[in-house]
Amino acid sequence: MKIGAPKEIEPGEARVAMTPDSALQLQKLGYDCVIEAGAGVAAGFTDAAYKSAGVAVVKTAAALWKDADIVAKVRPPTALEVKKMREGQLLISFFYPGQNAALMESAKAAGTNVIAMDMVPRISRAQKMDALSSMANIAGYRAVIEAGNNFGRFFTGQVTAAGKVPPAKVLVVGAGVAGLAAIGTATSLGAITYAFDVRPEVAEQIESMGAQFVFLDFEDSQDSSSTGGYAAPSSPEFREKQLEKFRELAPEVDIVITTALIPGRDAPVLWTSDMVELMKPGSVIIDLAAERGGNCELTQKDERIVSDNGVVIIGYTDFPSRMAAQSSTLYATNIRHMMTDLTPAKDGVVNHNMEDDVIRGATAVHAGEITYPPPPPKVAAIAAAPRKEKAKELTPDEKRAQEVTAFKEQTKRQVTLIAVGAALVLAVGLIAPASFMQHFIVFLLSVFIGFQVIWNVAHSLHTPLMAVTNAISSIIILGALIQVGSSSVLITLLAALGILMASVNIFGGFLVTRRMLAMFQKS
Amino acid sequence: MDFGFTIAAYAVAAVLFILSLGGLSGQESAKRAVWYGIAGMAIAVLATLIGPGSGLWLMSLILIAGGAAVGYQLATRVQMTQMPELVAIMHSLVGLAAVFVGLNAHIEIGHVAEIFAANGLPFPQPEGPLSAEAYTLLGTLSNFGELIGKKTAVEIGILRVELVLGIWIGAVTFTGSVVAYGKLSGSSSLLPFKIDTSAKQLPGGHMLNAAAAAGSLLLLLLYLGGSGTWALLLLAFLGFFIGYHLIMGIGGADMPVVVSMLNSYSGWAAAAIGFSLGNDLLIVVGALVGSSGAILSYIMCKAMNRSFVSVILGGFGNVKSEQQAIEGEQIAIDADGVATALNEADSVVIVPGYGMAVAQAQQSVSELTRKLRAQGKNVRFAIHPVAGRLPGHMNVLLAEARVPYDIVLEMDEINEDFPSTDVVIVIGSNDIVNPAAQDDPGSPIAGMPVLEVWKAKQVFVSKRGQGTGYSGIENPLFFKENTRMFYGDAKKSLDELLPKIG
Repeated sequence: MKIGAPKEIEPGEARVAMTPDSALQLQKLGYDCVIEAGAGVAAGFTDAAYKSAGVAVVKTAAALWKDADIVAKVRPPTALEVKKMREGQLLISFFYPGQNAALMESAKAAGTNVIAMDMVPRISRAQKMDALSSMANIAGYRAVIEAGNNFGRFFTGQVTAAGKVPPAKVLVVGAGVAGLAAIGTATSLGAITYAFDVRPEVAEQIESMGAQFVFLDFEDSQDSSSTGGYAAPSSPEFREKQLEKFRELAPEVDIVITTALIPGRDAPVLWTSDMVELMKPGSVIIDLAAERGGNCELTQKDERIVSDNGVVIIGYTDFPSRMAAQSSTLYATNIRHMMTDLTPAKDGVVNHNMEDDVIRGATAVHAGEITYPPPPPKVAAIAAAPRKEKAKELTPDEKRAQEVTAFKEQTKRQVTLIAVGAALVLAVGLIAPASFMQHFIVFLLSVFIGFQVIWNVAHSLHTPLMAVTNAISSIIILGALIQVGSSSVLITLLAALGILMASVNIFGGFLVTRRMLAMFQKS
Repeated sequence: MDFGFTIAAYAVAAVLFILSLGGLSGQESAKRAVWYGIAGMAIAVLATLIGPGSGLWLMSLILIAGGAAVGYQLATRVQMTQMPELVAIMHSLVGLAAVFVGLNAHIEIGHVAEIFAANGLPFPQPEGPLSAEAYTLLGTLSNFGELIGKKTAVEIGILRVELVLGIWIGAVTFTGSVVAYGKLSGSSSLLPFKIDTSAKQLPGGHMLNAAAAAGSLLLLLLYLGGSGTWALLLLAFLGFFIGYHLIMGIGGADMPVVVSMLNSYSGWAAAAIGFSLGNDLLIVVGALVGSSGAILSYIMCKAMNRSFVSVILGGFGNVKSEQQAIEGEQIAIDADGVATALNEADSVVIVPGYGMAVAQAQQSVSELTRKLRAQGKNVRFAIHPVAGRLPGHMNVLLAEARVPYDIVLEMDEINEDFPSTDVVIVIGSNDIVNPAAQDDPGSPIAGMPVLEVWKAKQVFVSKRGQGTGYSGIENPLFFKENTRMFYGDAKKSLDELLPKIG
């Protein structure tokens, strides 16, 4: 089958869904690749590069749509492109089926199958085709770069001959993939980075990226596992508390990067206009949620505006496209992984397996049916965090009472043990003659000493312990030595064998213990 | 005649043995302690040669010298990875010696009885002081014969119980240890026959063992009732059978428990023989060794969260419920990836297991440790109590490879540090790092204390292939998001990794 990537017709879109590298991999799966002339130019991939990777270059989009059995795109198809779709064709692109019901209908009407790259479920197996994450990663990085471009100072603090420069303070709101990428970039540029998220369990991830988690002490915090790792809307009380914290931070921070999105809803407003007013002139706000209304009240989609007090607010929505070479590479790889899953036999024929969680989840239209929304995946993306029972604080009295009962228990156990033991020994003493009891006392005491001594042996010396006990258990040689002088030939023979074996053990055991112990060295 | 001097020497030897075991509480004091043990043994043997064992001086010395030569060869040639086998085979020698000494005691009883009968004197001695004739006759007997000759009927009865115990435990120890040796050494076994390393039992399973034990008890009663040598020999045979069959039914992963159990048995056998010979030193040492082995078995069982009985009866306990299915895939990584992560890490923890011993990778591990430490990284080792095939096996292997012992930590010492660890390298271990033990109540190893490596930022697992390892239990660790599989033979993988560090 043929897989083709047209040139994106959305204005300003520089990405392309196929790179020469990904084309090579696709060919290994048995597909023929075609590309529209000039599709990769904006991302830095020339037609010649495609040609040398074995990709056929067609002149027009119309020819490509006609030629290709599978069309890989970045943006959802436009009205113009919808017209070119044909029956049995497979379209793979960002599709946003939740917001594009009409588009789905027209795909259904055309008989085209649609796989929406934005619907890939968030399970570990599907990570390699999670295009949203790879784009978010780029957006997070680019957001910091864009902020630096608009920010008049260094990120890192410096002490120069011309004076001291304080480090920039960056606040990242929302620690999803984009947020974490932004945190990583900002910290590696040397800024002091704070980060906030409504999901307390990401604190660890935030800290691992080198930022400080802005802690909000609130009882009813969210467990994101039920929403597939995404944030859910928060209660009004929580929101109030959160805004209060932001107001407190606003005068301090130089750069704010907001990435807070809730699936299927408008972006929550987290950075209100009064917070903007509190900020220092020259500060920068990058609103990565601008596409869905923005986290900042003043954000204008796709615009760079300057507030009255000189704060730059950037609402660009095309950060990935601004780094087209990188984002095309990652996106093309995501597509290639999707194709790998769709072609288990590597024979160049698509096997659209609707039983597969990942493929089913991402499919929006299939065989003339709208299959969105998909059923929930069979496996939860993230294991639910076990509800932690709060350990009850014990009062000193209760603690004391507990200790006393524990002590009593222990005493009871010990006394029973001693009593039973003593009774047993006494019972033996009743029948056994005195000559036996003399030895028996020695035996009991030795067992006792043995237990006391062995508990103190270091775990790391257990092997030497076994070797040395082995050697000394050959003390049985004494028995053989005493017997060897007997007048009976058989006894002498058996005893002689006993001596031989025991002495093998004595020498072997002690020597090997010496050898082992000599090896233990301190650094 | 009594040997006051010999008994005094025995007391000294006993104290030295106790000190020798007590000294093993620390690495430095242990080096001194082993000399105490050697001195104690020398004193005990010399005192016996001068005193009660003075019969055949020269022959005894020649035999000891012969044994010494063999022992020296064994001890100097053995590879540290083969320590479990060595310990096992040495236990078998103690067991067999106990059987021989016990048989001798039995023969001697018959012998003394004959002499007494020939002289028209009663045997065993009636209660009360010895008659003058008996006393004169005793003087003509060997030392051990004299001891037996003095005994009354009850004392002879007890003697018989003791020697039966000694023979029986010795017999179990002997065959059990030989089988354990065979299982531990696998293909490099020096035995003339092959022993299957997996858990195998004859049809009838534990019923067969129980029947053999019951038969032994019956034979003991018969023997005490006066039936002759055949009962004793049959008893020894049943002991041999139980030792063989019991250990055959236990799999390789349970070997730490088995070896320490056999260690314990060899001690109890010595103690039983000590009773029958009336020798306190044998009793003392037997009891020390017996309790030492028992404690080791207990520690091992506790580390696996299993009862001693369930280990001895073989196999893992019944699976209580369905194991949780594992979703996800094992993601492989190559040496370059591991090297990059290691070069960037500040703290590294290495978790070795039996696989390291099998691949003989301890030198490479040591070299890796040296290189990482030279870069100023914090490198430590985490040792699970049942890692390897012998208690403390990993410690010895690492010590052999010159890894300093103060960076080799026990499970309890290091488990809390995993969350702050950058990289964990798991080399050839599986069950001891299985999170299912904590998360999945249906897992066969649920409740077993494990090393919580998955809490570290990144985990690399060096493993031969995708198999489930010895116990056949799936390990969710391999599917975790922060886990990468570093497939291949441990030694080869590490050698490939080494030049990339630094």
